Amino acid sequence: MMHFLLLFSRQGRLRLQKWFTPTPEREKKKIIRDMTAMVLARKPKTCNFLHWMDLKVVYKRYASLFFCLAIDDQENELLALEILHRYVELLDKYFGNVCELDIIFNFEKAYFILDEFLIGGEVQETSKQTVARCIEASDMLQEDDNSDWYDVELFG
Amino acid sequence: MSDVVERTLTALPSLLSSDPSPGRPSSTSKLGTLIRGITELTSKHDEEKLIQRELVSIKEQVSSPNTTMRQMKELMVRAVYCEMLGYEASFSYIHAIKLAQQGTALDKRVGYLAVSLFLNESHELLLLLVNTVLKDLQSTNLIEVCMALTVVGQVFPKDMIPAILPMVEEKLNHPKEIIRRKAVLALYKFYLIAPNQVQHIHSKFRKALCDKDPGVMSASLHIYLEMVTEKPESYKDLVVSFVTILKQVVGGKLPIDFNYHSVPAPWLQIQLLRILSLLGKNDRSTSEMMYEVLDESLRRAEMNHNITYAILFECVKTIYTIHPKAELLEKAAKCIGNFVLSPKINLKYLGLKALTYVVQQDANLALQHQMTIIECLDHSDLIIKRETLELLFRITNGQNVKVIVEKLLEFLRHSKDDYVTIDLGGKVTELAEKYAPDNSWFIRTMNTVFLLVGDQMQPDIPNSFLRLLSEGFESAEEDQQLRLLAVDSYVSLLQEQPARLPQRFLQVISWVLGEYSSVKEGLEPATVLRLLAPLLDLRHCSSETKSWVLAAMTKLSAGPACLSVAQELAERHGGSLDTTLRQKLHELQHLASDAELLRRVLPCSDGLESLEVDSSLSFLDGFVSEALAAGAAPYKPPHQRQEELAQEKALSVEPYGLSLPLSLSSSSIAGRLSPTVLSMSSGLSGNSTELSPKGGSALRLEGVTRVWGKEGYLAKAALKPEEAAKTEVPCTLSVLQEGGSAPRTPVVSLPAPAPGPSLQAEREKQQLASCLFVGLGSQGAAGPCLMGKAEPTRHGFRKKVKGQGSSSGAREPSGDSASSSHSPSPLSAQSAMDNLLCSSPLDSGSTPSPADSAPSPADSAPSLADSATSPVDPAPHLPHDLPANNRPCDAQEDLTEDTDTSETVVEGNSVAVVDPYDPESLCLSPHLPEELCGLPRSEFRPLCRDASLVLSACCVRTDHSSLLVVFVSNASDSAARGFALQMTSGDLEVSRVRGGPEEEEEHVEGHSVAVYQYSLVPTRPSVHMELAGRASYQRPDGEPQSTPFSYGLSLPDFIRPLSVSTEEYGRLWLASSNDTKQNLALLSQEPDPLRATLHRLRDRLQLNVVDIIASEGIVACQLLQGPPCLMHCRLNAGCLAVWLRSSLPELPDCLLYHCQRALAQH
Repeated sequence: MMHFLLLFSRQGRLRLQKWFTPTPEREKKKIIRDMTAMVLARKPKTCNFLHWMDLKVVYKRYASLFFCLAIDDQENELLALEILHRYVELLDKYFGNVCELDIIFNFEKAYFILDEFLIGGEVQETSKQTVARCIEASDMLQEDDNSDWYDVELFG
Repeated sequence: MSDVVERTLTALPSLLSSDPSPGRPSSTSKLGTLIRGITELTSKHDEEKLIQRELVSIKEQVSSPNTTMRQMKELMVRAVYCEMLGYEASFSYIHAIKLAQQGTALDKRVGYLAVSLFLNESHELLLLLVNTVLKDLQSTNLIEVCMALTVVGQVFPKDMIPAILPMVEEKLNHPKEIIRRKAVLALYKFYLIAPNQVQHIHSKFRKALCDKDPGVMSASLHIYLEMVTEKPESYKDLVVSFVTILKQVVGGKLPIDFNYHSVPAPWLQIQLLRILSLLGKNDRSTSEMMYEVLDESLRRAEMNHNITYAILFECVKTIYTIHPKAELLEKAAKCIGNFVLSPKINLKYLGLKALTYVVQQDANLALQHQMTIIECLDHSDLIIKRETLELLFRITNGQNVKVIVEKLLEFLRHSKDDYVTIDLGGKVTELAEKYAPDNSWFIRTMNTVFLLVGDQMQPDIPNSFLRLLSEGFESAEEDQQLRLLAVDSYVSLLQEQPARLPQRFLQVISWVLGEYSSVKEGLEPATVLRLLAPLLDLRHCSSETKSWVLAAMTKLSAGPACLSVAQELAERHGGSLDTTLRQKLHELQHLASDAELLRRVLPCSDGLESLEVDSSLSFLDGFVSEALAAGAAPYKPPHQRQEELAQEKALSVEPYGLSLPLSLSSSSIAGRLSPTVLSMSSGLSGNSTELSPKGGSALRLEGVTRVWGKEGYLAKAALKPEEAAKTEVPCTLSVLQEGGSAPRTPVVSLPAPAPGPSLQAEREKQQLASCLFVGLGSQGAAGPCLMGKAEPTRHGFRKKVKGQGSSSGAREPSGDSASSSHSPSPLSAQSAMDNLLCSSPLDSGSTPSPADSAPSPADSAPSLADSATSPVDPAPHLPHDLPANNRPCDAQEDLTEDTDTSETVVEGNSVAVVDPYDPESLCLSPHLPEELCGLPRSEFRPLCRDASLVLSACCVRTDHSSLLVVFVSNASDSAARGFALQMTSGDLEVSRVRGGPEEEEEHVEGHSVAVYQYSLVPTRPSVHMELAGRASYQRPDGEPQSTPFSYGLSLPDFIRPLSVSTEEYGRLWLASSNDTKQNLALLSQEPDPLRATLHRLRDRLQLNVVDIIASEGIVACQLLQGPPCLMHCRLNAGCLAVWLRSSLPELPDCLLYHCQRALAQH
């Protein structure tokens, strides 16, 4: 079971946080602090796994963004790594050539995608097509909505 | 695909490094402005100011009535953003819920998202969401249903599950697979947070498992993984299905949609492999069904991609978990080899992890890769290093211990992570205690551990270390050498830089010096005193540590030189604000000046072995009974307290709190009793001053040495009884005899509080109770365990494994330290069996063992009174009090039970001359259904009665059920029409088995007895279980009549013997995790006390005595339709040290309570 997913930049700025298990605010702040510090301090050519308390933390850097997922000790680390990868693929499919800015400015979209992919700390749907279809269907709802703040085509 | 992503992503930094290019984020967007504004700021302070401004503006707008839902949505996104940055926006929570409730579908989506991000399960605002969710679940818009299910799967208040459960269940039949899948996942969530709520829909889970959509099916596997983990034996019939599914997946039968990088449904495969490994564990025939598909999985997963390695790893784990098959093991070993040797560091890590997992079964595998392991040990990546150490820890033995411990310590020196430090400290200690090659190495290693781990150390480490030192092992010569080495090293440590030593280490040092500095020839006590004295000046030295130091000094203070040190100290610290310190200084001074008294109070350590400890604290009986007589509430263990709280609500016959004197209440009870009960209680109320009912018995039974709270030793609390004792110190002391043997002189009971329950006295009593019985709950499992390895049993004070040949029976009578080895490896089950799993159950300071009782770390304030009175067994002091205290206590319990039942009926009822309630007088046994005759049953007990009907009941135990048989005797001439019984219970599941003549409306004819049977199954174990019921019928005049009743049952009614072999027992033992340890009274007057005690337990509680070997016995039982509970018993210092384990957390505690009762009844 997964415990939390954090996305943060190379500068340690948090871009997205998802908590799958109830965690008190104080603890969250401590975890975020610890995670950014630990992950950013990792040298190249080290493995993508860390220990944190009794959890395993699996992280991977995509461009300027670190994806960091905490799992139970008995979970499979490699599989967790692929979960991160699949999430990136999903983001990529949705945004098309996703970059950090997409996630910064459309973070709620990133959350929507995440909620279709993972739920309550487990993988919900692994098929890229299904997740994409589902998000599309929800997005269709806004066709009649001319929101000016909401802008999908943020980049050309 | 992934390559594309990676390429794109790696190309991005150049794009990002420049400022956000114009046109990317919409300039009109307020969120965009905010985000950009924040990125431009450099200082944290500016950011904070900006966000606070933003929050103020959001707050203004959300509360404005003119804000449209669309604007609200936008505001909500900004609030989420601020929260993500770590700024609280709690004012927006309620608006998020409102948005989810009132917005259009799209607004809803943001509203739900905000709710799931803002609130967690326990947040009270979530209750407001329930209606919205209900509404959306019923919506015709599929997307709204999806949203509702998504939020339910993430956060939903536990208590409100029943409100939406039917709706979610219904969705399992929805034509759209996405809805079905989300419904299954919502149920999974429910299962996790409230398993009881979804118990009834297990059949629907099966349907989901057979769903034609693979997505729904794989979602149901989450639930199955949980359920199988909990109770593998119930799902063996599904093995075939799981195997078939896996075969299909591996064979590529799933739609291509489910492929991940051309590997078919890897998540599904891994989930199935996990379930199979749980099902095949220790089950040969089940395992055999899997061999083929496992082989297939291994074969197919050959592509060079991370995801196939993930599958391979899971396969290997499964193969090593289930019943072994040589051919598969070989392949799996090869796989592990590939991992370990891989140049990819992630795979190497996984290889090490796999090796750690399998090394206990296949040590050769580690040998094969020893060079790689050595390389990994010096790897630059600490994580790899740590994993390697974990592996080494598993393969440690007598020969390699020095090296491995050195490696562990080296890592420990550089570790900055507290968690790692504590973990490794525990591991080093475990290894050192188990495999130390010689004494000086052991002392050196332990010194290093104490220094490095410092005060974060698990408290049982110093505890077991001191225990080891005091109890010794093997030869007395070696013991002395060990002590000498310890004293030597501590003296030199104190001479160097005592200020740097951690508190716990200082405590250990003080105790050892106090006890054993005499071992070293030429070491004057005064010298030691001078070494210890400066510790009192250290600023970081805690009050607790100072107590230890002073206790040590007190033990040594003989001779004029010491007296002068003592006086010096008294002058320097006499003005201290710390009263404990002043008190102890005073004692020190006093004892230093009176050698005779000192010798009497603190006899020389030679006599240690003969010390006996009265763990029942019977010497406090007098104190307790006086306190009780003065109106104090009797002590009850927590679980009992809870029970009684529930009872008290129904009946007020128990004395309330402190105000109501016990004698009064018992007589008032008696007044309302039927004659039989009255006669029983009259003798009792006669000596009500001596009455120490439940308080007395509970006090005697519960071990008292658990003075370790969650936060460690509760020094302050423990002080109080000492102080109470101190007022009469000379008097108490005078009866103590030298050598610590039990004094024969009748003892003066401990000073009781001033007569008349003054407020002060009551407070003291409360403190006494709280300090004596604090932290009685069972301690959590020790040590983290990796990848399902059997929990590393702490071996306590068993240091070496030399005397392998000596059986456990050849132990010295007092000690238990030298029992033969027990390896946690499943392969050495033989040796584990010999010992009866003898990892000393009493290592965590829960029992006072002969030698360390006074100065054990658990007892970290070894004050004068403590060491003087408590370790010496004062039980014989009260030869008459003891039974006297016991008898009324039992009687009292019976009394209250009986009153319970009669009380309910008393309403408007006169007491007849011949007690009509006496069920035996009704001659009920002939009415007992035939098939139940001859089975063990409880006595007939009256339930209730009115003018015409008398209800009685008894509980019959069959092998597989407990039946409540209710007899309805109609003594009148007319029939009772429409008779119906209703029963409910919070602790029991009640179901009707067979009733009277008709099913629905029943009549009980005049002068007849109708019999009803109910099957009872406990939903959760508790000490006492209460069944509430109501009997309703129509009186001849047509008026409806309804009478309530209740029936109390106790745990033994639902305990059945569990017959297992010793080997099975061993396996079960390792599989159970909830521990409780306790000392029980032994039937010591019997010729074979252990056997007699165990047989008593067997007879009283239906336990199965599996085996008795020498001084140990193993006992097994099972909760009716529930998990087993295992008990390991060992003779220890005149009592029975028991260690209970079960997979159900409450079971050991409750069972222990009944064991205590069974042994207390004579």
